[in-house]
Order: sequence, then C-alpha cells, then structure tokens
Amino acid sequence: MADIYTDKVYDYFRNPRNMGELKDPDAIGKVGNTKCGDVMWVYIKVKDDVITDCTFKTFGCVAAIATSSILTELVKGKKLDDALKVSNKEVAGALGGLPQIKMHCSLLAEEGLRSAVEDYRSKAPKTA
Amino acid sequence: MIYLDHNATSPLDRRVYEKMIPYLTDIYSNPSSIYRFAQGARSAVEDARLYLAQLLNADTKEIIFTSSGTEADNLAIKGIACQLREKGKHIITSKIEHHAILHTCEFLEKYGFEVTYLDVDEYGLVNLDQLKKSLRKDTTLVSIMLANNEIGTIQPIKDIATICHENGSLLHTDAVQAVGKMPIDVKELGIDALSLSGHKFYGPKGVGALYLKKGIKIIPLLHGGGHESGRRSSTENVAGIVGLGEAARLAKLEMKANEAKIRPLRDKLEREIIAKVPEVKVNGHPEKRLYNTLNICLKYIEGEGILINLDFEDICANSGSACTSGSLDPSHVLLALGLPHEIAHGSLRLSLGKDNTPEQIDKVIEVLPKIAERLRSMSPFWQNK
Repeated sequence: MADIYTDKVYDYFRNPRNMGELKDPDAIGKVGNTKCGDVMWVYIKVKDDVITDCTFKTFGCVAAIATSSILTELVKGKKLDDALKVSNKEVAGALGGLPQIKMHCSLLAEEGLRSAVEDYRSKAPKTA
Repeated sequence: MIYLDHNATSPLDRRVYEKMIPYLTDIYSNPSSIYRFAQGARSAVEDARLYLAQLLNADTKEIIFTSSGTEADNLAIKGIACQLREKGKHIITSKIEHHAILHTCEFLEKYGFEVTYLDVDEYGLVNLDQLKKSLRKDTTLVSIMLANNEIGTIQPIKDIATICHENGSLLHTDAVQAVGKMPIDVKELGIDALSLSGHKFYGPKGVGALYLKKGIKIIPLLHGGGHESGRRSSTENVAGIVGLGEAARLAKLEMKANEAKIRPLRDKLEREIIAKVPEVKVNGHPEKRLYNTLNICLKYIEGEGILINLDFEDICANSGSACTSGSLDPSHVLLALGLPHEIAHGSLRLSLGKDNTPEQIDKVIEVLPKIAERLRSMSPFWQNK
C-alpha cells in the first residue's frame, strides 16, 4: 500500500492543512457515508461571495484526508462560483495524482465543497 | 523495523534457510529419477514428509505437498466435493473462512453444488446447533477453519468433527494459521483433511500441504506425472518441501517455548492499548484465540491511516479496513461478527512472532495512542468527545 501514493499525498496526510472545526462557520457541507468508509465535513466562511476560510474534518483513508486538505487550499480565496468549478480531477492532480481505486476520494472532496456552498446559499439572505 | 504481521507471513528461519540451500544448488536432481544422484533429493522429500506427519500425528502417506495453503484448500474442497458428487452436492462452511475457501465454494456453486455458510457469534465461534440443523443427507463435506487469520478465534474442531461424522460427512479444516503455533493431533481431533502453509510458521513461501486421512479419495487439481501418489502431479519443489519439513520439525520442538515468549507480549500489548486508548474494542474470542494475534477496532478512525502512521514509525501491521483491501467493504470476518461498517473500518491487526522483543512491544504501546489521538482529531465522529 505504502508506495501507491505520491509524496505530496503523504505530506498532506501527515501535515494536513486547514484541519479542524472552523469557529462560527457560515456553512458546513457533510458528505460520504460510513458504509464505504469515507465521511467528510467541510466548513466555510464567506464574505462578499468569496470563501475567506475553509477547513475540514474527515473520517477516511489516507487519500480521503489528503484530498480533503488540499481542497481547502484550492478553494480558499475563490469566489463561490469559481470554487464550485474545482473538479475532482483538479484535486487529485494537485496531489500529483491518485491511484485509480482512490479517485472516489477526490470526488468526495468536490461533493463536500458543493454541499457546503449549497448549505450557505440555502441560508444566506438573497441580496439581489 | 518492528514486524507485527506474522499472520500475513513470517520470516524464514535462518536454520530452515540453511537446510534448503543444498537443494537449490548441488542437489538439483529430480526426485523421480532412477540414478543414485536422485536418491538425495528423494530422501530429503521423504524426510520432510515425516517431519510434517509427526507435527500433525499423521501417517506419511497422508501428506500431499502443494504449492501453498490456497492450493491445499482448493484441492480439499474441489477434490473431495467432486469425488463425492454422486453421493451429494451439499457443502457447509462458515462466513469467516479465508477467501481460498469462500471463493472455491462460490466457484462450485456455479457448477451445481449447494453451499451453506454458517454464521458466527460475536467472538467468531461457529454455532454448533446451526451446523447440526444444516447437515443433510447429501452433505458430503464440511469445511471450518481451525484458527481465524484475522481475529485468531479457535473453533471447537473436535466437536465439529463429531457432529459431521454422525451425519456421515467429512470434515476439512483450513489450519493455515494454526499449524506450527498450536499442537494439532489430527487423529485425536478427528480431522479428515487439513490445509497448511509453510510461510506462516517460519518456512518458505511457495509450499504447503494437505493432510488427507487414509482411505479418503480425492480428484486431483493437477493431472500429469502422477506425483504424490497421483493426487498432485508436478515435479517436487524439493527445496521448498525441505524447508517446510524443517520448519515443521522446529515447530514441534519449539512451539511451547514460542508460546511462552509470545503470549505475555501479546497480552501486554492488549492490556496497555486498552488502558491508553479510549474506545477500543478487542475482536475475537477472549480465551479461545491464537496467542499471537491481537485484532482491535479503534473507533472513529479508519484503518489505512493507522497503518501508514505505524509504517512511518517502522512498524508493520495489518487492517481489515476496506482501503487496504482494494474494495469498498471492510473485512467479511469483522462484518460476520456483527460489527457495524464504521467500526470495522477502524480495525488493526497486530500479529506477533518468536523474534519480537519486549522493547518492540513497548514502542508500539508508546506510539499507537498518539496516532489514534491524531487521527481522531481529524475525524468528524470524534467531535465533542
């Protein structure tokens, strides 16, 4: 198992960026299920339609934790619509690739963010 | 490196290795050849057969060398089921067998055999009442493992044999994890067929054996030159067989001493992990369990992360989590115990061997709580704990 991941995956697994609960988040995305072994929670703070902060908590394998972590970096500072364009392939690519059987983990990250944005938009007062 | 994955494979004992060398170099003859040069290889194979027979209290004629435990399982299940197909086409096994048994049974199901998969209780023990109720007139073969590779639970194989024989059914046992670790007397236990593998008890990989009780006929998997009394053709893997024999000889001599050394280490590991890590569940039977095996679930975290973190500390361990198997489901054994998926995903198997030291165990006890805490701090389920 150990040689199937890139150094970058190991780095993000061992030193996860933006890990933990966010204090007073504007929205939370909760995706995955325990049956297949991956659950991800994404916390976001939003100001003027821009993600100002993003953190995660993840129950899952090495790939699930690494993809969760790098996702938070990829979307921070992005406008919500631009953040939604971050694809699972981009997430995996940012880690130098994932083994085929672990690609579903990157999908989890993409879905996690979408879920957080949906949560935010369902709560945010319409200003237009 | 701290190696705690002996149920996956064990290191080759140096003494076994030394014994094998001549048969990889100078004594290269085919044991079946007629000239005097072949005598050395031939007698080495027969010596190995004797050592293995002595380990099991079997007759030398009852030992069939194979290439692995998996092949021995395949030979037993397919060979006996097909041999007795006129008598019946029903097989009974359990839900916690090794895949070498389960997938072989599934294969036979495709060819008209019926298979009953027995449940196990929370400790992994087969339900004997369910076995009795499942036996039918056409049940020719029952296959129940002696000791489970993941959780170490040891089945009441003698009672199982009695129940099978009362029904006129044969009993095969996959003893791959038990042979070399615990005393096994096939006569006393009433076992009709038993699979074993060399590399699980300090022998080489690529060699195993099937014990098959005298008088039981079997259809071979490999047809050819008629080796192993026509039951398994192939020019003998002489060096491998010699290694298996030597491993068996040493196991008979040293089994007790190994247990005396390993059991306290395993017990300490179990005790200390429970004391130092909250919310840990020990899997397998509290007493009827291999003395080298510790299988635990660390709730709220996933097994692969634990393994990789242990690997960073140079500790080799195993897990029944989905991510380590390449499938999405966690171990079928843990699920059969009734564990929910999310707990089964957090399993860790530490299996000890004769060369592990108290210092190594202390090191694991030192690092595992930190790993668990770190991974739990990332887990959404650990929130508010």
